[in-house]
Amino acid sequence: MSDAQVVRHWRKPPTIERAWLRYGLLLLTLVYLYFSVGSYDVNWARVAEGLDRGWAFIKAFANPDFVSRRSDFIEGMTESIIMTVTSTVVGIIISIPIALGAASNLAPLPVYLFCRAIIALSRALHEIIVAILMVAIFGFGPLAGFITLSFATIGFLSKLLAEDIESMDKAQAEAVKATGASWLQWINYAVQPQVMPRLIGLSMYRLDINFRESAVLGLVGAGGIGATLNTAFDRYEFDTAAAIIISIIVIVMVLEYSSSLIRGWVQ
Amino acid sequence: MLRITNLSKRYKTGDDALKGVSLEVPDGQVLGLIGPSGAGKSTLIRCVNRLVEPTTGTIDLNGAQLQRLGSRKLRKARRRIGMIFQEYALVERLTVMENVLSGRLGYVGFWASWFRKFPQDDINEAFRLLERVGLDHMVNKRADELSGGQRQRVGIARALIQNPELLLVDEPTASLDPKTSRQIMRLICELCEERNLSAIVNIHDVALAQLFVQRIVGLQDGKIVFDGPPDSLDSAVLTQIYGEEDWEATTIDDTQTDKHSLELSGE
Amino acid sequence: MAGKHVWQRRTTTRQLLIWFGWLLLVAIFVACWMYISNRTEWFFVYDAPRIAGDIFSRATPPRWSYIEKLWEPLWDTLNVATIGTALSLIFAIPVAFLAAKNTTPSVTFVRPIALFLIVSSRSINSLIWALLLVAIIGPGILAGTIAIALRSIGFCAKLLYEAIEEINTTQVEAISATGARQSQVISYGILPQIMPALAGITVFRWDINIRESTVLGLVGAGGIGLQLQSSLNILAWPQVALILLVIFIAVIVSEWISAMVRKAII
Repeated sequence: MSDAQVVRHWRKPPTIERAWLRYGLLLLTLVYLYFSVGSYDVNWARVAEGLDRGWAFIKAFANPDFVSRRSDFIEGMTESIIMTVTSTVVGIIISIPIALGAASNLAPLPVYLFCRAIIALSRALHEIIVAILMVAIFGFGPLAGFITLSFATIGFLSKLLAEDIESMDKAQAEAVKATGASWLQWINYAVQPQVMPRLIGLSMYRLDINFRESAVLGLVGAGGIGATLNTAFDRYEFDTAAAIIISIIVIVMVLEYSSSLIRGWVQ
Repeated sequence: MLRITNLSKRYKTGDDALKGVSLEVPDGQVLGLIGPSGAGKSTLIRCVNRLVEPTTGTIDLNGAQLQRLGSRKLRKARRRIGMIFQEYALVERLTVMENVLSGRLGYVGFWASWFRKFPQDDINEAFRLLERVGLDHMVNKRADELSGGQRQRVGIARALIQNPELLLVDEPTASLDPKTSRQIMRLICELCEERNLSAIVNIHDVALAQLFVQRIVGLQDGKIVFDGPPDSLDSAVLTQIYGEEDWEATTIDDTQTDKHSLELSGE
Repeated sequence: MAGKHVWQRRTTTRQLLIWFGWLLLVAIFVACWMYISNRTEWFFVYDAPRIAGDIFSRATPPRWSYIEKLWEPLWDTLNVATIGTALSLIFAIPVAFLAAKNTTPSVTFVRPIALFLIVSSRSINSLIWALLLVAIIGPGILAGTIAIALRSIGFCAKLLYEAIEEINTTQVEAISATGARQSQVISYGILPQIMPALAGITVFRWDINIRESTVLGLVGAGGIGLQLQSSLNILAWPQVALILLVIFIAVIVSEWISAMVRKAII
């Protein structure tokens, strides 16, 4: 079938067309890797020594100890769960008006900027940092943790909810407005039905996140299971640590499962 | 020569898609497979290269019992069976050339294919085929930049670069406009003639099938209810295949067949 | 009331059930609140505004000259996040393929294990991973990097396996039909389809990791958190203020970079 065979070469065209950019990026990556990996100053003797402890920790999972620190364990878990529930509820209640204010299609500019500033602040500060400040201001205990998690919930929920409101169906919103409804009626009839399923889904997801976060707030004295966990690691009581970690994983699995159930039920 | 004997397929859902189909396709014959949606057309051709596993029956391609092959031998057998799909099934984020060359994957080792190092012969053949289907100017375009007709031409080139003994064609024109449909059908039939290649073409459009194929098989509820030359299709037969309807406007006589006007681009 | 149509949104029983649900929620909330309240020294809380004002006045102005000492920890923080993200991908990609219904070798045996790995990695906060690794291999950025990597595996693998499950299957069928081996089907049929998702997930997690790695120092796992911890210990509020400001800027910048990259991909 082949008449005078012409040899034609083919190579996959490069992803980045401009050669200088392609090689520049490659060079930059290599230089970065060289310096960043070079900045690791690892004490290998210490690491080798630790491997035994690592193995002991893994073995501890086969034999977790729920008993020896039973009262600390129960108290810490209860506190974590209670902080999770209260902060999620309060967070949702506060984040709804802020989300309305942060939706560019609903709010006047000054309100919009103010709400967006709150969201940006909440999202940029890590929960632990907020917790440190709250402990400094309100003292040790679950109140500081509760405030921290509520604040974090506001940033998370308001942002996603505001985006949802901004992308809602305009025709439905206008139709309700055209009936002469007041602003509150309009929110109730046009906006709420459209964003409600997402609000419930996001709230369940945030409940899950808040529980996971509540497990570390104890490190800085803001209540919850984290303090017990920290003590366990400090004393190398890996079997107690394993018990706590297993409990956290189980609770998160239960929360994820029930949230998928509820989301399926709402939609 | 492809010989299918007593082929049945029952899906896990309990649906009997094929009920004892027997069919022989001699070399060089283009066979049009017609029938209503759900008659088992797609299942039949997918059983041949075992994208769908047949439940019982034998498939004999030039002496090889396809239904018995283990996965390694099945791969070897698939290399000689080209397939053309309804929605083109090109890998959309790869270039035209990569899509065509993917027809040679069965002959090339993993790392060679990973680095796109195909033998020069394959590349020459790919260029030749792309010229034949009129796309040699689009070698390095991404598949998702092409029009429907162009994509199907790439799909044809991908099947032919396998140097197949048999072509399985699943609704090649279902997503195309009437003019492009004819061009694509003509291209497939010409290529089969050039290479003395046999083909099974699933097709919805009865008139289009009559225009191009040498033999028509009608499938209804998993059984063959018609097998004969295109001009013996009449209202009675169509009623048998598809059910009661006014068929006068659907079929075409030889006198009406227009053998002019539609030219294949790239020639 | 003949001739009058009464319209109700819900039936009476349903309405009652909903009211009961709300009541239960309120009762739970009040009970939880009592618990927190019992553990709170309200005396301190009443004093909170004064304390907050006090801290604020001590923290301003930030001690700008301290920035000299922050460049290196900031560099460490960047490395912990970047190398940690890269490491996590090495494990997350295979785990995702094992977890996705359409690519896992066994739905009954391998998939549950992969899913369990994902949920375990996701459940444990990176600070807890760091705490653990500091106890095992000693303090330093290595512990931080591994902690970030371990936490990110679950996150990336979860999003990635969801992307794999959503791919177009006929493109994969077409590659199998050519007689390609399984590894080639993955590299030609599946990888090109999930590349955009993979890139998006990577920068998204990198951005989150920058934020996470700023606090790892609190448990001794390197980065700018170390400076924060020591400044807090000596109550050097002007330094704390500067560190918080630097963290704030770093997080905003990384979020901006990640948004830009994701926009470029789509």
